Amino acid sequence: MSEFFAAWPLLSIVTFLPAAGALLILLSRGALQGENAGYDNGVRWLTLPVTILTFIASLLAFVVFDPSIEGYQLVENLPWAFGFAYRLGVDSLSMTLILLTTFLTPLCILASWGIEKQVASYMVLFLLLETLMIGVFCTQDIILFYLFFEGGLIPMFILIGVWGGARRVYAAFKFFLYTLLGSILMLVAIIAMIGITGTSGIPELTAYAANIGFDSDLQIWLWLAFFASFAVKLPMWPVHTWLPDAHVEAPTAASVVLAAILLKMGGYGFLRFSLPMFPDASQFFTPFMFSLSVIAIVWASLVAFRQLDMKKLIAYSSVAHMGFVTLGIFSGTMQGIQGAIFQMLSHGIISGALFLCVGVVYDRMHTHEIAFYGGLVNRMPVYAAVFMLFTLGNVGLPGTSGFPGEILTMLGAFQINAWAAAGAALGVVLSAAYALTLYRKVALGNIENAKLTGIADLNGREWLTFAPLVIATLIMGFAPAFVFDFTNSSAEAIAAAYTGAAP
Amino acid sequence: MIAPMRDLAASLPHARPELLLAAFALIAIILGAWSSERAFGWLSTLGVAALGGAGVLAIGYAPVAPVDIFQGAMVIDGVGVFAKALIAFSAAATLALGADHFMRTGDRRFEFPVLIALAVLGMFVMVSSQDLISLYLGVELQSLSAYVLAAWRRDDSNSSEAGLKYFVLSAISSGLLLFGSSFVYGFTGSVRFDAIAAAIGEGAGGVGLMFGLVLMLCALGFKMSAAPFHMWTPDVYEGAPTPVTAFFAAAPKVAATALMARVLYEPFAGLEDQWRQVVMALAAISMVWGSLAALLQTNLKRLMAYSSIGNMGFVLMGLASGPEQGPVSALIYMALYLPANIGIFALILAMRRDGAPAETVADLAGLAQRRAWMAGLFTMLLFSIAGVPPFAGFIGKLVVFRAAIDAGLVWLAIVGGLAAVVAAAYYLRLLASIWFSAPAPELQSASGAIALTAVLAAGLSFPVLVLALGVLQEWAETAVRMSF
Repeated sequence: MSEFFAAWPLLSIVTFLPAAGALLILLSRGALQGENAGYDNGVRWLTLPVTILTFIASLLAFVVFDPSIEGYQLVENLPWAFGFAYRLGVDSLSMTLILLTTFLTPLCILASWGIEKQVASYMVLFLLLETLMIGVFCTQDIILFYLFFEGGLIPMFILIGVWGGARRVYAAFKFFLYTLLGSILMLVAIIAMIGITGTSGIPELTAYAANIGFDSDLQIWLWLAFFASFAVKLPMWPVHTWLPDAHVEAPTAASVVLAAILLKMGGYGFLRFSLPMFPDASQFFTPFMFSLSVIAIVWASLVAFRQLDMKKLIAYSSVAHMGFVTLGIFSGTMQGIQGAIFQMLSHGIISGALFLCVGVVYDRMHTHEIAFYGGLVNRMPVYAAVFMLFTLGNVGLPGTSGFPGEILTMLGAFQINAWAAAGAALGVVLSAAYALTLYRKVALGNIENAKLTGIADLNGREWLTFAPLVIATLIMGFAPAFVFDFTNSSAEAIAAAYTGAAP
Repeated sequence: MIAPMRDLAASLPHARPELLLAAFALIAIILGAWSSERAFGWLSTLGVAALGGAGVLAIGYAPVAPVDIFQGAMVIDGVGVFAKALIAFSAAATLALGADHFMRTGDRRFEFPVLIALAVLGMFVMVSSQDLISLYLGVELQSLSAYVLAAWRRDDSNSSEAGLKYFVLSAISSGLLLFGSSFVYGFTGSVRFDAIAAAIGEGAGGVGLMFGLVLMLCALGFKMSAAPFHMWTPDVYEGAPTPVTAFFAAAPKVAATALMARVLYEPFAGLEDQWRQVVMALAAISMVWGSLAALLQTNLKRLMAYSSIGNMGFVLMGLASGPEQGPVSALIYMALYLPANIGIFALILAMRRDGAPAETVADLAGLAQRRAWMAGLFTMLLFSIAGVPPFAGFIGKLVVFRAAIDAGLVWLAIVGGLAAVVAAAYYLRLLASIWFSAPAPELQSASGAIALTAVLAAGLSFPVLVLALGVLQEWAETAVRMSF
């Protein structure tokens, strides 16, 4: 059966299915005009199947994909203009991130069920965002990559600005301009690389770097330009300041997408471009990256500890966890890279789930101030259990998906620099401190706030949202080998490209 | 030298687009003088047809090799045809918008289509000129029509001021152009581009020629509204009636760009090392100032004026990048920039309250809640003009960046990149008003012509149509290869 589907342009289908759904909504809006409750419900019920279909299509691609083969599969290639091409293809690294995206989007739609304002626009933007995110992970042309990478800013900007909290406009601007500034330098570097190599294909560029190699002085500049973009996106300390603002103001589902997927683009970029294409510069900057990563881990954990807002706390914990990712990536070892990929996936699920947890109480009480809550376990036992699981995942408890990634990135870093690994280990302790404190303040104790006495436990829709996430966290925690075996070929190729060139 | 009459007879068939425009203008004046206001509607329709026809004729009779006409005063070649097509179609679109607008406001003076046709005729001469005389004639024909258009609302002090200001400043720049031309003529011994190029090749010139060249570049910079010669732009854009502003922002920019390309790469190709400094400076200042100054504007038309100054900076960056990719990138940039620009003006015109189009950023407030479709189009067009992917404007920026970087002008590309980020901030301000603010009062419904133009423009900015980019690339490349 997989041969049958292998002939289909599966990646194009996965990428553009959400966009087709968005177009359908737009057309129906033109035809129906009216904005009544029935229409809004229709839009919701149209969006959800579209995202589920996309997930199924990506599963088909997953079935057809053979992880034991190194290199890109499911390749599609159409010439465009100026020597660029519409070129898609996946290796196991991109495949996992695509699955993460398609897996989380239907859950986000479920979590957005309560949105009442301009429902059609919201859903259209969300679907377009999904198309652009998937596109980032499966394109093989560096210009097309940039197109998707930057294009994602547009729907996110509007999502934060229209459906966000009180300071949404400020947050939306900061988000957009910060990331655009980082990316435009990358664009200059991309064009310079195309000028040197005469190709915009990512595999060709990687091959060029492996066989001929960019001039090592030039590598420094190119590396810095790419760093400017990915470090902002990831985000790394000290260019992370847009993230807490964006997270606090964004609507729940946008927070989920932001934390779970958009941040991963930074890590993906480091793995796909910086490491294999500029190995000398990556080697040169390893101490720099290690320092930033450790600072991010320790400092962001400390800052998280002092937050009064749940979303801000989780946002800072994201900064800390992404510190592990960069630590693993720039260790350049097999363990480090495997760990970084795993950590990205796990963080995608856990931080997404934590934002959904905040969303549940926010929907009921319209605040995410920590002091407002307390003793939720008395009224919402199921919620408290779910929240507990993801808190422990965030801490990196063995048995949850948070553990293997952290331990492997630290192992990888230990081989290069023991002090960096020690600093990161300190971060693990701190993460337990802030995450458990948050849990204690919100869920445990007695209900002090009278407004909370009537709060209801998870409803059916929320059950449906959390169940897949709980299952995924536990599977990845108890059987991480699933993921490791799958991503092995990519990690090997990246590590080989790096160590092959490093002196 | 061919006998004058034989030359004229041989040249006329090649000048079909120009003749069509001239004929339309002359006939329309006579018809209009008789029938006055009643004729405005159908004369404008005829004008749109004539402009569109001129564009089609230009493309239809595009030669495979350059053809000199009128004893070598003008040439029909690739760049000329490319520019004429862009000019004709954008002028037709803005004439349609303007006619629609004036029909509603009741300001139905038949001179409107006539002046636009004459201005376009001037632009056609500009982009196909082969000597300093035809260059000047083209520039002046275009400018004279434009002065009158800027002062269209005689009873409105802003509009009169715009016209006067435009006239005085533009006259200075025309003076500079003539002054510079006389130096060039004096130091090379000819007004013809090919003779000038040959004289430069033989080592003619020195300081006098440089002086002439710099003066000419300043004057052309003025016509392109490149900073620091941009001072007239915001005032004229603001004072002129909105449809006239839409016209100013589109076709004349193409003509000035094509003329600049021609002057740089035909007569003065041998002085590339010298003029490159000037053009780079113009580009950098325009990009930076165009984006910084727009940040604080609240008037839409002033904002669009700075936006066009910034965009001209990007075009100049392309032009500075040497013969290999420079002119091609500038032409492609213009072709991708125009639809977004016209579309934005169409939407501004469509946002009418009490019979007047939107004036300030606050007028856009909450459009997304009132008219989701219009907000969607606005969003696409603004992101396109800001150069954010995946829209067409990004491709334009990409192409000029690439030309600059391949030519070794990395610092200029970085300046441009930073300017683009600053510029994004003020386009985002418009979008924030459209999407994030509480709705302003209800709009009057837009007419079909305006809606159609906006939809078409947005369609041309849309990435799916950018997939047909290869065609545009090939056209521009062939055109430039034929000309320079």
